[in-house]
Order: sequence, then structure tokens, then C-alpha cells
Amino acid sequence: MPLTVLTDDEEMIQNSVKRWGNQHLQPALVREMEKNERISPSIIQDLFTQGYMCLEIPEKYGGVGLNFTSACITIQELSRVDPSVALVVDVHNTLVVNAIRFWGSKFLQAKYLPKLATDTVSAFCLSEANAGSDAFSMITTATASSDGSDYTINGTKSWITNAREAGLLLVFCNVDPSKGYKGITAFVVDADSAGVHIGKTESKLGLKASSTCQITFDNVKVDADHILGEIGQGYKYCIAILNEGRIGIAAQQIGIAKGCFDVVMPYLKEREQFGIKLVDMPAMQQQYAQAATELYAAELMMYNACRLKENGLPFAKEAAMTKLFASQITEKISSRSIEWLGGIGYTTDTIVEKFYRDCKVGSIYEGTSNIQRQTIAKMMASEP
Amino acid sequence: MKILVGVKRVVDYAVKVRVGANGVELKNVKMSLNPFCEIAVEAAVRLKENKAASVSEVVALSIGPKQCQETLRTAMAMGCDRAIHIHTDLRGDYMELQSDSVAKLFQKVIEEKEKDVDLVLVGKQAIDSDCGQVGPMLAGYLNWPQATFAAKIDLDGDGLMVERETDQGTETIKIAKLPAVVSCDLRLNEPRYATLPNIMKAKKKKIDQFQADEFDVDLTAKNKVLEVFEPPARKEGITVDNVNQLIDKLKNEAGLLQ
Repeated sequence: MPLTVLTDDEEMIQNSVKRWGNQHLQPALVREMEKNERISPSIIQDLFTQGYMCLEIPEKYGGVGLNFTSACITIQELSRVDPSVALVVDVHNTLVVNAIRFWGSKFLQAKYLPKLATDTVSAFCLSEANAGSDAFSMITTATASSDGSDYTINGTKSWITNAREAGLLLVFCNVDPSKGYKGITAFVVDADSAGVHIGKTESKLGLKASSTCQITFDNVKVDADHILGEIGQGYKYCIAILNEGRIGIAAQQIGIAKGCFDVVMPYLKEREQFGIKLVDMPAMQQQYAQAATELYAAELMMYNACRLKENGLPFAKEAAMTKLFASQITEKISSRSIEWLGGIGYTTDTIVEKFYRDCKVGSIYEGTSNIQRQTIAKMMASEP
Repeated sequence: MKILVGVKRVVDYAVKVRVGANGVELKNVKMSLNPFCEIAVEAAVRLKENKAASVSEVVALSIGPKQCQETLRTAMAMGCDRAIHIHTDLRGDYMELQSDSVAKLFQKVIEEKEKDVDLVLVGKQAIDSDCGQVGPMLAGYLNWPQATFAAKIDLDGDGLMVERETDQGTETIKIAKLPAVVSCDLRLNEPRYATLPNIMKAKKKKIDQFQADEFDVDLTAKNKVLEVFEPPARKEGITVDNVNQLIDKLKNEAGLLQ
């Protein structure tokens, strides 16, 4: 089937999210949440009620049991209206929930998946002030007790999305710094544990409503049965989960680009200068046709990466290429969109200036563009 | 109380329809649940949620092509317990299958298949054919009381108190005893979203399938459509040079001023 032909379920989900997004994320509310630098709690509640926070969680744990493509479709359609809201859904589903589904013990799955499906937002705690692209140089430690029955976490994580809303944190710590990255271990931590301090909220260029904070762990005790998977395998898990999580970011970027076109095309068809509609001006045509072509390519890359993953085929290189390309074309399209709208595009009267600011981080988070290219290059170099 | 809700699959309200050689172009056009039927489903589900109504089940009924099952799935995702699909490939937008046949099919379902229906809820009209006839015709054929254009439905003893919207204002009708037919208007309620969990659960709910021609109902159109055409294109306005000219035009050309 063509990549852009969705299954009946996927189409139903696309229609459902589109409808909810258009009716519930009204422009005034989106702007208000941006101004307050906070997603309204009722919207977070709605995300759970609508089922957007449990897309891939199996039905037996209270989820909807859908596929990865459905998650990317949801993220894309939400991003068309508010990429900050989409990011909550993206990080929760594609980074934390999936990590617990893939590597969590039966105990952790039974304890947390139902909560993550119904009312508990999650955050992915990997980066530190001095460990960004070089994530493995992290210095947050988890020291085992003498009998190994629990661990004490100390350190500060930076740039954590969903920090303020999260009830559950997936925290990457080193249990044995002498082993280097092979000591990195993932812990599932209740956000209300003693010693967890949500620090200052970053004041950002875009995605302002999405909470991005430092989280300090001050002698936080965690039981050993809250280790995700195996001790010392954390580095593998974070690479693996980011490999797929970045397809979700690509979906966000593509959604933003589509959101730009949603505003631009009606405007071009209506606005007239020199007696010609802008949509018919040759110079404009060249630009918007080129942009639409690049967006189409990015979209196909995203669907293909989803399908490769769903079919158990290697997809890491394609996922990196997708995120790299999607963030690049969206930056261009959002910038052009302001120009196409002219003076009004530069004001807050249209949403396009927000999309321009929102999408910039696309080339930075979940692996910078340089890291994506390096990843792709390494895979190419090791191909026979 | 057992409720039967009619749901029709129609061209989506946001689509800009095009007229072809055979009437409105339906090929590759987005189809959705008729907005007034959606309001009827919401009314049925709210009654079910109201303990005082003692609703045993809500059954959704749709007549049309195979894709009506998606429409029924939406109705079940909103809260209908199960559904009936009467399959026909005849066009339901007045071109082939018309109100009288639809009303008679509903009657057959009630008399032969779902014998204990207490309340039929339908939308006041479908946005493709805009007839508004099925509700009243069905009530006539069943010889049941009816209330159309309902803006409010309240339980009242063994019956219902229904506020109807008319051109002169609101009229309140007391339906002394069920069973009855009620058609639903815009202001009756705001339909809920079908959440993803409910959409997936709806897949497991039952749809009973029948063929339209297995019922003893004449499906041929009673009215012949002679022509379908778009309304005339809006004519361009003119600019006037001053207020006097404007007043002159309004008075002598448009006839809007005395």
C-alpha cells in the first residue's frame, strides 16, 4: 500500500485527533497557555480521557493498544494546532511508556502502565548540564545499598520536558562510574519521592507552554525492583528508545509545517496585490510548490520509518534521516510562511510566528542535527 | 426503555460539493455521520446514563453501503450498545432511496426484528437530502405519537415532555405514553467526542447485517429528480462614487429604501 494510505483504525484516529485539536485547542487558548508558560490542567486531563496518552499501551493495562504509526499520526495532528501539547504526548508515549513496555519487568509494567494510561504524565531524565550530545558522560549516580535492595540517586538532570506535570520519571544514572557508560542504569522513579526537587523552569524561545526544568535528585531512595531492565544496560536502552523517539519528533515538525500551510494557503488565495492573487504570482508559486514538495518527502520518510519499525526491520538510519530532514524543512517552511503572510505574519495575530519559534528546537532535542548526520555516516561507513 | 437511533452516512458538512452528470459527485468525497443524527445519538446515550430513564439498550440503525459500518462504529463509540446495518447501494441522497422507503424499512425493523422499541430518536433531517420526513412518516406508519425539532427532552411519567423549536418560538408537547418517535434539532445537545478507547471498544460491539431487499418494502423512488444544479454564482458588486449614488442605487435598483 502507498505510504500515505492509512488503515481504517489509523484514519479514524487521524479524524478524531484533528477534530478534537480544532475544537479544543482554540487559538486563544493556545496563546494563553504560551503566555502562562503552562499547559492548562484540563487539557492534560483531556489528553488522558481521549486516549492520547496510552496509544500503544496494551488494552489489558488500560491502553488503546494501537501501533507506532498511530502515535505519530496523533503527534502530527496535535502539532498542527499546538506543538507544545503534542510534545507532552510524544515524550510520554514514545520515550517513557515504550521503554517500560520494552524493558520493564512484569512488576513495573503492572504497577505503572495503568497509571501512565489514565492519569500519570511521565518525563525522560537523561541530559545534564554537562552531558548533552555526550549523554554517556553523565555524573548522576545511583549508589547501591550494602545488600543491594535499594539505590540512592544523587545528581541534577537538565532540560527535562514535562518536568512540572510528571508523576513518573525515567532516570538514567551511573551505578558504577568506574565502568564508564557501561554503568548507566535506568530507574523508574515516583516524582513525589523524597529528595526530588523540580528546579527552575527554562524560559524558552518556543514551545513555551511545555515545561522544561532542571530536576535535582538529593539522596532519592529507589527500590532495586524499580530498575528498568538490567543494571548497566541503560546506555543501550536510551540509544534504542531515542532511535524511535526521534520519528515522533519528525512527526511534530511535519505537523508544524502543515500547520503553517493551513494558514498560508487560504491567505494566498484571498490576498491580492497588483491585481493578482498571491497564489497565482509566479514568484510565490515557485516558493510554495518547492516547500510543499519538501514537506511531502519528509512525510513519506516518517511513514516509512514507522512501517519499517512496525515490521521489525532495521530503521535507525532512516529514523535519523527523517528527523534531520523534517526539522530542516520545517525551519525553512515556517520562516517562509512568515514572509508569505507579509507584515501580518510578523505579528502575533497569526500563529505562524509561534510555529517559527516552536520548531527551532527540532534540530536540537532528541539528538542534534550534527548527531543525526554522524549517526547516519557511521552506519553508512560500516555497511558492506 | 429500549431506544432505536437512526444514523445516516452523508457527505461531510465541510465538503464543497460539486455537481456532475448524475447529481452531486460522491466519488472520493469525505463522508461523515449526519450532524443531526449525531445529536440524536447523544440524546440516546444521555438517556441511558440517566438512571431514572431505565434504558436497557440503545441500538443504532443505518441504511446504506458497506461503509455505513464506520458510521455505526462512531455511534457505538459514542455509547450505543449495538447496531443494525441494512445494506443497499442505492444512493441515499434522494437520488434513488427516498424517505418513504427509509421510513418503511425502519418500520420493518421495529415490527420484525427489534420488537420492543420504546423510543425512536432520529435527526430532524439529513444534510444531503434535507427532507426531514423519515421521523414523521415513521410515526405515521407505526401510528405512534411524535415530536419533531426537539430542543429539549425530559422524562415525564410514562411519557416525555418535549420542547420543539418552531418558526414562531418554542412549543412544548407532552407525549403521554411511549412508544414514540422524536426527531432532534440543533440545540438539543452538544455531542460528545468518541474517545480513542471507546472507538477501539466499539470494534467489539455487534452489528447485525441485513440486505434492504430482504424486507418486503418497495425501494423504488416515489419522486423523480429532474435536475440537480448549483445555485447561481454570486454576482460581482459595483463600487459607487459617493453616498448619493449609493442611496440612489439602494432606492431605485435594489428597491430596499422607500
